[in-house]
Amino acid sequence: MNTDKKRAEDLTVVENRKINKDYYVLKLASKTDLPKIKAGQFVELLVEDTRNAFLRRPISIYDVQPECNSFELLIQIVGEGTQLMSQLQTGDTINTMYPLGNGFQTETKSKNILLVGGGVGLAPLLYLAKKLNDKGIRPKILLGGRAENNIIEIDNFEKYGDIFISTEDGSLGEKGFVTQHSVMNESIDKIYTCGPDPMMRAVGDIAFSKNIDCEVSLENMMACGIGACLCCVTDTKEGHKCVCTDGPVFNTNELKWNIA
Amino acid sequence: MDLNTRIKIGGLDLKNPVMTASGTFGYGPEFEDFIDINRLGGIVVKGTTLHHREGNAYPRMAETPSGMLNAVGLQNKGVDVFCKDIYPSIKHYDTNILVNVSGSTVEEYIETAARINELDHIPGIELNISCPNVKEGGMAFGTSCPSAVAVTHAVREVYKKTMVVKLSPNVTNIAEIAKAVQDVGADGVSLINTLLGIAVDAETRKPLLSTITGGLSGPAVKPVALRMVWQVSKAVNIPIIGMGGIMNATDAIEFMLAGASAIQVGTANFIDPTVSMKIVDGIEDYMRRHGVTDVNDLIGAMIED
Ligand SMILES: Cc1cc2nc3c(=O)[nH]c(=O)nc-3n(C[C@H](O)[C@H](O)[C@H](O)COP(=O)(O)OP(=O)(O)OC[C@H]3O[C@@H](n4cnc5c(N)ncnc54)[C@H](O)[C@@H]3O)c2cc1C
Ligand SMILES: Cc1cc2nc3c(=O)[nH]c(=O)nc-3n(C[C@H](O)[C@H](O)[C@H](O)COP(=O)(O)O)c2cc1C
Ligand code: FES
Repeated sequence: MNTDKKRAEDLTVVENRKINKDYYVLKLASKTDLPKIKAGQFVELLVEDTRNAFLRRPISIYDVQPECNSFELLIQIVGEGTQLMSQLQTGDTINTMYPLGNGFQTETKSKNILLVGGGVGLAPLLYLAKKLNDKGIRPKILLGGRAENNIIEIDNFEKYGDIFISTEDGSLGEKGFVTQHSVMNESIDKIYTCGPDPMMRAVGDIAFSKNIDCEVSLENMMACGIGACLCCVTDTKEGHKCVCTDGPVFNTNELKWNIA
Repeated sequence: MDLNTRIKIGGLDLKNPVMTASGTFGYGPEFEDFIDINRLGGIVVKGTTLHHREGNAYPRMAETPSGMLNAVGLQNKGVDVFCKDIYPSIKHYDTNILVNVSGSTVEEYIETAARINELDHIPGIELNISCPNVKEGGMAFGTSCPSAVAVTHAVREVYKKTMVVKLSPNVTNIAEIAKAVQDVGADGVSLINTLLGIAVDAETRKPLLSTITGGLSGPAVKPVALRMVWQVSKAVNIPIIGMGGIMNATDAIEFMLAGASAIQVGTANFIDPTVSMKIVDGIEDYMRRHGVTDVNDLIGAMIED
C-alpha cells in the first residue's frame, strides 16, 4: 500500500481523555502503519446516528505516535457532533478520513519562532512544536483564551517550548488579547497561528506591520475535505482557494486579508 | 448467476448504472486515493462555463438536517483551461466522462459545448439548465419550457454526441419540461438538481449563506426526487438519470424502480468517499438476491396496481 495516500478507515479509539467539561483528547489507532503525517494536517470524522451532524467533522491532528500507529485529536465540545464524539469509549471505532490538507511549512531558517494558539486553535501547534524541536528549535508558545479554563494542556506544551499565557479576563497569565501580550515585543522572525478568525487576523496585522513571516491555519466550514465540493474557499491573491487542500495553512502574504 | 449491469443512455454504454454527480466529485483525481474510478458507470465533472468563474463569496455551505445547502455558484476555470489542463489528466479513465455545461447566455452554452465536442474521450455532456446559485442563466433556463427548449435546441445543433439535459426541481411541472427537451433532441434527462432553500441562524438573525439562498441536497430531498423521476418517466421515452439523496444501493434501486435507467451519487461522496463502489457492489447483490439477471429489468419496475 502506498503509505502516503489519503484513507477513509475505521480507526479504533484507544483512549478518550477528558481534560475538563469542554475539552477532550481522542486517541485513535490504525491496524496498519500510518501514512506520513505533517504538522497542521487534519482529519474528517464521521459522526454516526445523528441527523444534525450529517457531514463529517474536520479536526486538526494534535499529536502523532507513529510507533503505535496512533494519533491524537484535541476537541472542544461546541455542538452535537463534538458532543457525541466525546462519548466514544475505548474499543469503539470511528470512520476517519486522513491525513488531509497541506500542513505547516517547517523548512524555515527562522530561529526565533512564536506559536500563537487561541482557544482550541492550539491543537495543531503541539505537533508543530515537536517538529521544530526535531530541527533544534525551541519555539515560544503563546496560549490565549477567554478565561483560565480555556487554557489547557500547558504541561504538554511546556515540553516543547517556552510558555506564555494571556486571558481576556486576566484569570491566568497577562490580561487581554494575545496581540497585547508582552511576548509580541520580543525579537521574533516567524509566527505560526491558529484560533478564532478575528484573532488570526489581528496576529496577521502585527506580523505584517513588523515584517514577520506568518502562517495561519484557517477553519472554514467544510463538506468534503478533499477539494471536490469547493465549499470551503478563502479569498487569496490568486482567487478562491480551497482551505481543505490548498490549506488549511496559508502564509498571510497569500491571503487577501486587509492588512495595514 | 451471470449478471448484466450494462446500461445505455443515448450513445453512452455504461458498465453499470452508477455515476457521480456534478460538483460533488471534482474531476475524479480527488477520489483516486479512495476508489477505482474505472469501476464507475460514469462521472460528471464540475459545472463548466465559457469563462473562468470565481463563484460566490464564502460562506457557501450550510449543513441542514440530513442534508446541506450549497451556493458555490459554478466556480470553475473555464472551458479552455478544462480542455488544456484538466482533460489530459483524466482522459485515460476507463469510464464515461461527462462534462456538465453551464452558461449565462445561450451563446455561452453553444460555445462551451462546441469546444467539448472536440474532445475524443468525452462521450457526452450534461446540459445544466438548473443551477440555482448563479444570478444570470443557470436555473432561469430550466424553469420555463420556452427557454429550456431554446437552449437545448441551440446546443443540439453544435453538439453531436450524447446530450443529457439536467432538470431543475424548482418548477411546477417537471414532466412538461422533460417532454419539451426530449422533443428538441435531448438523448436523456437527469434529475434532480438542488432544491432552492434558506438557512438562518436564530441567535445572530443572519442567513448562513452569503447569497442567502442555496441549493438543498442529500437524503432530505430524496422523496421529492423520487417523485419527480417517477413523473418524468411517465412523460418521456428517453432514458432518465436519477439523483437526489442517494446514500446507498437501496436508494439507487428505488430510483431505478421509479423509472431511472442510471443514477448519480452526489452529496453522499462527502460522507463516504468510497460510497460509489459500495453502490456498484450493492446493486449486484440486490440483483442476485432478487434473481434479476439484467439490470435493465429494474427500470420502472415499481409495482403499481
Ligand atoms: C481544518 C479544521 C480544523 C479544526 N480543528 C479543530 C480541532 O482540532 N479541535 C476542535 O475542537 N475543533 C476543530 N475545528 C472546528 C470543528 O470542526 C467544529 O467545532 C466542529 O465541526 C463543530 O461540530 P459540532 O457538530 O459539534 O457543532 P455544530 O453544531 O455543527 O456547530 C456548533 C458551532 O461550531 C461552529 N462550527 C461548525 N463547524 C465548524 C467548522 N468546520 N469550523 C469552525 N467552526 C465550526 C458553528 O458555526 C457553530 O457555531 C476545526 C475545523 C477545521 C475546518
Ligand atoms: C457542493 C455541490 C455542488 C454542485 N455543483 C453542481 C454543478 O456544478 N452542476 C450541476 O449540475 N449540479 C451541481 N450540484 C447538484 C448535484 O449534482 C446533484 O444534482 C444534487 O446535489 C442532488 O443529488 P444529491 O442529493 O445526491 O447530492 C452540486 C451539488 C452540491 C452539493
Ligand atoms: S471542503 Fe470540499 S472543497 Fe474543501
